[in-house]
Amino acid sequence: MHGLINRAIQAFVSKTYGEERWTEIMDDAGLGFTEFEAMLIYPDDQSQKMLAAVERNLERPLPEILEDLGTFLVSNPEVESLRRLLRFGGVNYSEFLHSLDDLPDRARLAVSDLHLPGLELDESSPGQFRLRCQAGIPGYAQVMMGVLRAMADDYGSLVMLDHEGLGEEGVEEIAITVVETEFAEGRAFELGANLL
Amino acid sequence: MISLDDFWVMNDQLVPMHVAIDGEGQIINVGPTMQKVLGDSLKAGISFLDLFDVQRPRWVETAEDLMKTAGSKLHLQLRQEPHTRMKAVLAPLPVGKGAVINLSFGISVVEAVRDFALTAADFSHTDQTIEMLYLVEAKSAAMQASRQLNLRLQGAKIAAEEQAFTDTLTGLKNRRAMDHVLDRLIATGKEFALMHVDLDLFKQVNDTLGHAAGDAVLQRVSAVMVDCVRKDDTVARVGGDEFVFIFEGLMDCERIEGLANRLIEGIEEPIRFGKDICRISASAGTTLSTAMVQPDAAVLLNQADAALYAAKRAGKAQHVFYREGLEAELVQNDSAQPPADVVLGQTGHG
Repeated sequence: MHGLINRAIQAFVSKTYGEERWTEIMDDAGLGFTEFEAMLIYPDDQSQKMLAAVERNLERPLPEILEDLGTFLVSNPEVESLRRLLRFGGVNYSEFLHSLDDLPDRARLAVSDLHLPGLELDESSPGQFRLRCQAGIPGYAQVMMGVLRAMADDYGSLVMLDHEGLGEEGVEEIAITVVETEFAEGRAFELGANLL
Repeated sequence: MISLDDFWVMNDQLVPMHVAIDGEGQIINVGPTMQKVLGDSLKAGISFLDLFDVQRPRWVETAEDLMKTAGSKLHLQLRQEPHTRMKAVLAPLPVGKGAVINLSFGISVVEAVRDFALTAADFSHTDQTIEMLYLVEAKSAAMQASRQLNLRLQGAKIAAEEQAFTDTLTGLKNRRAMDHVLDRLIATGKEFALMHVDLDLFKQVNDTLGHAAGDAVLQRVSAVMVDCVRKDDTVARVGGDEFVFIFEGLMDCERIEGLANRLIEGIEEPIRFGKDICRISASAGTTLSTAMVQPDAAVLLNQADAALYAAKRAGKAQHVFYREGLEAELVQNDSAQPPADVVLGQTGHG
């Protein structure tokens, strides 16, 4: 799994539960190192061992942890860059949802060896969406749940999310109901803020 | 045929960065994004060339010239702050006089977006600007991550080199490190004293008490050496019981002599190994880089070696300075009585 993903999990655990906890988890995982490098690629079994150790140590179900990870990635000020890159997807929440189809391509444009599973958005009726997450990275849909929830706050939209579980060929679906697009203030997004 | 007003509405949507002019070059319509860029400078009756300096083609000076550029690329610069550079193309209106000029920020888009506080809504949906800004930001973030990795790798490399420059038994520098220090001092024209030290009676310790005792003695002696010198001096173990000291900027012979004597005294302190007591001493020879007009590492090492040899010959446990012609004196004496455990050269003392 790409170092960026491993590193994201590391950032989430050590910022939320403390550096010591992360060191304990990595000791438990028995990989022989404690720090993931964002720009290196790690064998899948190393990531799986790390995730299993995370679940054991935090004593919480992994899907729940992964959803929190998704929220953390968007809402923690220390990882502001990802939130900004997602905000480039659209000026409001539904434009953002429609931009998700391009997300794996956008990711690859930024980091050429980062391959995210495909995403496909259906709009069944106005405000009613279904996001199909292709198989490839276990827990991808849970992380997306957290991302979608945090991005709704970011845009100031009121939404309801429902994870519909595993479908055929490992495809997972998330049902999204946008109750109100401009429910709250949302966070500011200046196009040129981080450039140069 | 659509009316001119309808035409402007269409233009505002499709090309929000356009400026329309009449036959005299006066501005008659401005797209919404361009209005943001021009701000207060946009006044009734103002002409295009009052706001923009045409940098290329250079011959464009009048509205008439401007009209002649139809279809070709224009390089413009805002006359007012922040003097943003822009690209543009002019197309004459299909009816009547005048033209529509469509502008773009070109490569200065990143600054422009910040300078004019533009948002995604200021760009046409088909415009690639947002994708470009995304890419700039994404690549910067990825580059930042790569740079951090590079820094960490560099740190690891320095640590690895540090180890490769260290004698693992004693923690002193090794011969490679000594060569580096000598080369650096000579290359930068620094003055230094070079001292070659060889342990006396060490071989006996090794032979009678074994290598473990020998190692313990070397470790103890190394600690004594480090204690005797200044923090920035170099102490290297260059052979079994051979050491080289480099004292940068220390050219005072009296001080060097004092230091060498303290060093020998320290080394002569009995060293306990288990139930045994090890007694050794040391001989030392020193040369100064100023002994040569153009210092050469190999020659200086030979000089220090010759001085060490002279110290051994004079009865060991003492320090001798190199002086010109010392090698010849030694060779003469040698033929009379060669000492058993000393060979002139860089190896084999003991």
